[in-house]
Amino acid sequence: MTKNIEVAALSRVEGEGALYIHFKDGSVTHVELNIYEPPRFFEGFLKGRYFQEVPDITARICGICPVAYQMSSVQALEMALGVDISAEVRALRRLLYCAEYIESHALHVYMLQGPDLTGHESALSLAAVAPEVVKRALRLKKVGNELLKIIGGRSVHPVNVCVGGFYRWPDAAALRALIPELEWALEAARQTVRWAATLPYPEFEQDYEFVALTRADEYAIYDGEVLSSTGRRLRPKEFEKGYLEYQVRHSTALHSQTVEKQPYLVGPLARLNLNFARLRPATQAMAQEIGLTLPIKNPYRGLIARALELVEVCDTALELTRAYQPRGASRAAINVRAGEGMGASEAPRGLLYHRYILDKRGFVQFARITPPTAQNYARMEADLWAIAPTLLHKPHAEATQTCEHLVRAYDPCISCSTHFLKLEIVQR
Amino acid sequence: MSKPTVAVYKFSSCDGCQLSILNLEDELLELASVVEIAYFLEARSRVLPGPYDIALVEGSISTPHEQERIQEVRKEAKTLIALGTCATAGGIQALRNLIDSKRLAESVYPHPEYLQVLREATPVSQHVKVDYELWGCPVNKAQVVEVVQALLQQRRPTLPGYSVCLECKRRGAVCVVVAEGVPCLGPVTRAGCGALCPANGRGCYGCFGPAPHADMEAAAQTLLPLERYPGEVVHLLRHISNNAPAFREAAARMEMERGRT
Repeated sequence: MTKNIEVAALSRVEGEGALYIHFKDGSVTHVELNIYEPPRFFEGFLKGRYFQEVPDITARICGICPVAYQMSSVQALEMALGVDISAEVRALRRLLYCAEYIESHALHVYMLQGPDLTGHESALSLAAVAPEVVKRALRLKKVGNELLKIIGGRSVHPVNVCVGGFYRWPDAAALRALIPELEWALEAARQTVRWAATLPYPEFEQDYEFVALTRADEYAIYDGEVLSSTGRRLRPKEFEKGYLEYQVRHSTALHSQTVEKQPYLVGPLARLNLNFARLRPATQAMAQEIGLTLPIKNPYRGLIARALELVEVCDTALELTRAYQPRGASRAAINVRAGEGMGASEAPRGLLYHRYILDKRGFVQFARITPPTAQNYARMEADLWAIAPTLLHKPHAEATQTCEHLVRAYDPCISCSTHFLKLEIVQR
Repeated sequence: MSKPTVAVYKFSSCDGCQLSILNLEDELLELASVVEIAYFLEARSRVLPGPYDIALVEGSISTPHEQERIQEVRKEAKTLIALGTCATAGGIQALRNLIDSKRLAESVYPHPEYLQVLREATPVSQHVKVDYELWGCPVNKAQVVEVVQALLQQRRPTLPGYSVCLECKRRGAVCVVVAEGVPCLGPVTRAGCGALCPANGRGCYGCFGPAPHADMEAAAQTLLPLERYPGEVVHLLRHISNNAPAFREAAARMEMERGRT
């Protein structure tokens, strides 16, 4: 019989967390996903900042998905200020988001979760036996980072995004020069799907409430309505009518649940299950090739969803890059006014919601940020409760690995789960 | 001879500087062949026991636990490198150092008693001896390679000691202060990013911290008349590098003077 499972420092996740499962007399008595990542109080120090400073600050919540934080915040602030962005700006923001997906998904598929499924402790050790796989991963990741750099100036914490649009249009020739690499990336993404389909996923299924943005005309990433597998459909400004946050003792992250007090799942599985019909033909063809059946209810198979999304974003990025023709002003003029605005976008690891209240001079009076990992927390713990009894008779090392792998499969971004602690800022 | 060992640690931060190491797509496998990546939780599960030749430390010190842990990291490390502006100055989260501690306790946070945080988020050098500092939010990954390479070759690393203005001129960007009247911290900010913000038509917000010998007084005189909203220059200083002494003190002076007029 296995001993208690205790992982004091989870590896291959972004941020710091620990995992505890206690057994007594053959049953599970305690499950705890403990976040000891220090709280960084972002919502506190956003108060009093000028609206245009916000996307530069919120980017710093997460070094892996800064674009997501910029995209949700600029949409919320544009709503508060009554700013309409041009079609060209929206297209360029979608392209920037594709770049972040390529970088983040390539990292997670090959370097964070991939080693669990190939029996390695890291991509570095995988490289010793399958160098071509790791080289593909690195080159794919690099294409995403190069695209981020051309549009945003740098790949981590890009500097070109602002409320109203972009500080300036990226160089069209530099973007076009990346087309051959993007064509290679699309093919590499297809190979990633084929590779992902061969991996040995643990058997484990749960009934999830999936929640993701949705649109009628495209696979929603940049914006959309909030759709649940229960059929609930909300506009981003109604998000808090469906989903609530609460605090638990063992974690510095707030946890989320639905108004019916149910845990729910955001992220690639939710997106794929809810929006499969909106995927591009290139992506659907790959799903067909590997014989994918929906819905996917096994969290470990989120890797397959990420691989398919890699095809989706590479194909989208190619189309947007080929069509890129900067026209007119790169940012809308803004008449500063008081207001409230909400914005939601799909970070690589799931739905990311922001809400701000501005005073009449454009300074932030209130900020709320609900990151994807916080929304998945309750679901991750529920999964651990469900899987723990099946581990009782497994060797301890294997049981521990199964649990760690489960948490990693969620691609938790623990550093982004720690900042909705509300504080009053008082100037000294 | 065995390979030198490298350990990468995370404290209070966003992971972006560690990611800059993983973003060394062209060099990562080669790097792993000349050094032993002995401890790097974000990248690998395997942990080799210390002591380590090189410790790369991301993040600021903001909890009692981190305060103890950084002492352990120092004991285990022959050379300790502070990686990025959180580690060198406290980072964006040091903005909370400006929050009154009484109000912190009375905050609207539902259960503040669950949290264990120090009153201030502080740089690594406030706790232990730091051998090299790499500024930036995030760090410039070429500088990470340069420092590690220099250590392996037993030479001093070459890092810029001048301001962003010089990088801006070198790349032929138009000065946003002169041409557009946009407040820009370029003159007082350490080079290293390649003058990204001015090249994108906006003002620098100081990610790489104060340049050595930055003339804060001259910058204040030039930039304050250009403010587009009240307090803009103070906000620029109280941004990523808010807790770097030169920026912190200049911002405090400006606020005091504004209070007087």
